[in-house]
Amino acid sequence: MIPAAFDYQRVDSVDAAVAALGEHGDEAKLLAGGHSLLPLMKLRLATPSVLIDLGRVQELSYVQDRGDHIAIGALTRHHVLHTSGLLATDAPLLAHAAGQVGDPQVRHRGTLGGSIAHGDPASDLPAVLLALRATLVARGPEGNRSIAVDDFFVGFLETALRPDEVLTEVQVPKVTGQGWSFQKMNRRAQDWAIVGVACVLSGTAAGIGLVNMASRPLRASATEAALAGGASLADAAQAAAEGAEASADLNASAEFREHLARVLVRRALEESAAGGRSAARV
Amino acid sequence: MSILGNRVLRVEDPKLLTSGGTYVADVRVPELDGAAHITYVRSTIAHANITGMEVDEARQAPGVLGVFTAADIDLGVPPLLPMFNQAMARPLLADGVVRFVGEPVAVIVSERPEQGADASELVWPDYDPLPVIVDPMESARDEVLLHPAAGTNVVLALTYGEDPNLFDGCEVVVSEDIVNQRVAVVPLESRSAAAAWVDGRLWQWSSTQNAHGVRDVLAGQYGLDPAAVRVIAPDVGGGFGAKIGVTPEEVLLGWLARRVGRPVRWSETRSENMVAMGHGRGQWQKIEIGGRRDGTVEAYRLTILQDGGAYPNMGALLPWLTRVMAPGTYVIPRVEVASRAVVTNTTCTVAYRGAGRPEATAAIERAMDIFAFEVGMDPVEVRRKNLIPADAFPYTTATDAVYDSGDYEEALDRVLEGAGYQELRAEQARRREAADVVQMGIGVALYVEITAGPTAGSEHARVVVDVDGSATIYTGTSAHGQGHDTAFATLVSSRLGIPMDKITVVHGDTDLVERGQGTMGSRSLQLGGSAVFEAAAEVITRATQIAARLLEVTPGEIAFDDSNGAFRVAGGDEPGVGWPDVAGASKFDGTPLAASVDFQASEPTFPFGAHLAVVDVDTETGQVRLVRFVAVDDAGRILNPLLAEGQRHGGIAQGSAQALLEEVCFDADGNPVTSNLADYAAISATELPSFELIAMETPTPINPLGAKGIGESGTVGSTPAVQSAVVDALGHLGVRHLDMPATAERVWRAIQDAPSGKGA
Repeated sequence: MIPAAFDYQRVDSVDAAVAALGEHGDEAKLLAGGHSLLPLMKLRLATPSVLIDLGRVQELSYVQDRGDHIAIGALTRHHVLHTSGLLATDAPLLAHAAGQVGDPQVRHRGTLGGSIAHGDPASDLPAVLLALRATLVARGPEGNRSIAVDDFFVGFLETALRPDEVLTEVQVPKVTGQGWSFQKMNRRAQDWAIVGVACVLSGTAAGIGLVNMASRPLRASATEAALAGGASLADAAQAAAEGAEASADLNASAEFREHLARVLVRRALEESAAGGRSAARV
Repeated sequence: MSILGNRVLRVEDPKLLTSGGTYVADVRVPELDGAAHITYVRSTIAHANITGMEVDEARQAPGVLGVFTAADIDLGVPPLLPMFNQAMARPLLADGVVRFVGEPVAVIVSERPEQGADASELVWPDYDPLPVIVDPMESARDEVLLHPAAGTNVVLALTYGEDPNLFDGCEVVVSEDIVNQRVAVVPLESRSAAAAWVDGRLWQWSSTQNAHGVRDVLAGQYGLDPAAVRVIAPDVGGGFGAKIGVTPEEVLLGWLARRVGRPVRWSETRSENMVAMGHGRGQWQKIEIGGRRDGTVEAYRLTILQDGGAYPNMGALLPWLTRVMAPGTYVIPRVEVASRAVVTNTTCTVAYRGAGRPEATAAIERAMDIFAFEVGMDPVEVRRKNLIPADAFPYTTATDAVYDSGDYEEALDRVLEGAGYQELRAEQARRREAADVVQMGIGVALYVEITAGPTAGSEHARVVVDVDGSATIYTGTSAHGQGHDTAFATLVSSRLGIPMDKITVVHGDTDLVERGQGTMGSRSLQLGGSAVFEAAAEVITRATQIAARLLEVTPGEIAFDDSNGAFRVAGGDEPGVGWPDVAGASKFDGTPLAASVDFQASEPTFPFGAHLAVVDVDTETGQVRLVRFVAVDDAGRILNPLLAEGQRHGGIAQGSAQALLEEVCFDADGNPVTSNLADYAAISATELPSFELIAMETPTPINPLGAKGIGESGTVGSTPAVQSAVVDALGHLGVRHLDMPATAERVWRAIQDAPSGKGA
């Protein structure tokens, strides 16, 4: 449980982080909470030669009202999301889901950007951003660029970020008037979801993200399309596992995951349609 | 008023909760100055011949003081327990063959721990793979032998009460194959030890439950007189049975220290702990039960296949304890038990909280449930009908256990009343009627277990009163978190009238405590505590004689006041003398004021209880939630309810965890797939309700405290109660049995496959 030797570099700005990435290339990893990266390093499954610590980059920790959307700095910790009054009002799904991540220690150290950039299909927040149709902002040597969340997760632990880019901001549209639901089925409260569903619903327009149903965070496109085409909630939910490539592991077979996806999507849609969880229940 | 029976706060906690305990890795003493660090290189393959081992590169690595393999080691192979097949003995390092993933194949001594971790990646064993046996049933066929010299994979076979006509005359006979799955022990402090040669003696610091046992093993291995070995167990962060024995990694430390001429330290990682310390349970059981349609049980047969892991250890012996407790709390005229323990290419199995008794209870309680299911009676009524009556004690069972005292029906009544059993059944019926998605299950288990056994036990204590009026207790048991300091100080304080804060408890140091047997099998209070109690009484007897001399009366005229420790002339109003006076006089005479006692019990004791679990089962997802847990635990007279409840809480949590979540798994190639705490689902408070604990005290006549053991009761009763509740939630669908743990997929599949399943 001792990592292989590595160099440690603390940066105090995004530009310094970008410069450090440019210098070290893919030998470097960004440290932004460390709750995924450090366990991998302790098991020596990850052996970066340089660790660039973003922990003190103050400019990346914020939740701001930008009119039609909320902007969240990539280093904002899960606990801050969970207790943000702004999110409770304008993106309650994200505030609630952030409170379901891991355990209190993880939520007080882990960051939104760290979770998203890791691109783990078993993580909760990527699915939430899919449901919310978020936009991600990355900064590289050429400056900032925006990436639609649907273009961001490209494979297992693989994202659209370039080796010299830092994820800086997450933008989520305000969702006033929408019902929402977050369904997470796991063995223990602290565990990753066996299957999870993040959902927003307004009339027949739904955004549904699935946790742990493919090698990357996945949108339940077939269900969204069925709803848009006028299908009932229950019928649309039957399509929840279409396009999924669920894996089998210690906790569930692929078949069971597909079943869970259908059940949990139906429940998420029903809860959303019933007005959803209110901010008070966050 | 005596403080016995009161909720005296733990004296250990201020330190443990603030500055923290001193565990082996924290020990800073001159004898360990300059200690080197030990790293074991472990097999990554479950069964193979070792055809070569490249270590030169590791020897050249920075900070490395030595790299050793089996060929270098000139210590003998530790002998197995005498009843085992000795051809299965385990070498200290794998010698030509590896038999499980995690078995040490080489050892590295380095200046710093990270240098050892780096160098371990430079050791290159060559393996020639052999067929891997993970399944004990496959092992029992003896087609592939793990230890060819043994000629069989069977470590130990036992039979009891063999009778081919066991079920003759029974109106109903039902059977079921069930699995009491392998679980991990997960002490918060993983294994840790340090060794130094001090003036020709071997000093070993060890995270152990049994310092004197470690001393004797090391003395045997090193050919030393036991007096030439000192073992010190500082604070120990949990053991649960897995720290009773001495593992090869620990035995080797003295050899390594001598070889490199430096003291050495070793602390395993969590990942190592999960594959190499030893696992608990691991019994494949066949239960057969027969009786009359009115619910009377007449015969019971339990057939056990115990997974012993790669080398015989305590686990292979546990079916013996399972056999003793096989009939549980019931009058069963005919009982047959047959067991075999076999080796597999997996981690060794060891004692784990309950050690053989939870397996017995799980089996008989499942048997009572399936029997009730078959005859169409409420499982509680079938149990009640067959309970050993309260006026039958001491009661000799069909398996020759002599239960000392008990009132099982009273325990059952109390748990049913506490839980509101009839109301629960009504709510269950309502949900079934309404076809609710979330169904309710109710599980009731009665248990009796053997503590301070398996044969009559003994323990040593010495109580000393010093001239300043303080007392020191030396005990041969050795705490690993239970609160011995509090318990023993309470006993002495109540007896001698010396305040708790002037009493010191010394344990776990073989130079300071003359002899001892450690903590295991829920023995410490009833044996160790009884010894302390009697030693305190002897101190009073001696002190009374001294006080009589000081006060110039006969001892018979002295009245001792145990509220303040004063010796007075009876009937007089003179102030008398106190502990400093008598201790001072004793010292002046040349002997300290002290008494040593070896308390010898005449029999083991048999605590018992009734547990009731209520679960919600989501029939669409298979998700199980434990919503209520009501427990009656009777461990005889309770010295300190706070300590006893702590033991019950921990035990119920661990036992429920086996029913709900925990299982150690290997893939078909013998690779562990639950080797960290993300994959292995050790339970947390979030998954548990607040436990509803109901008190009951039926004293035992076996010891002066009237106390039985409480350390393991929680795990014995809770596992079958929770398992039964899960099955009960599906009973209306025709589900009669479900193995543990009750994972969502397992429950969901049972619903899909049920005779009346709705295929949700």
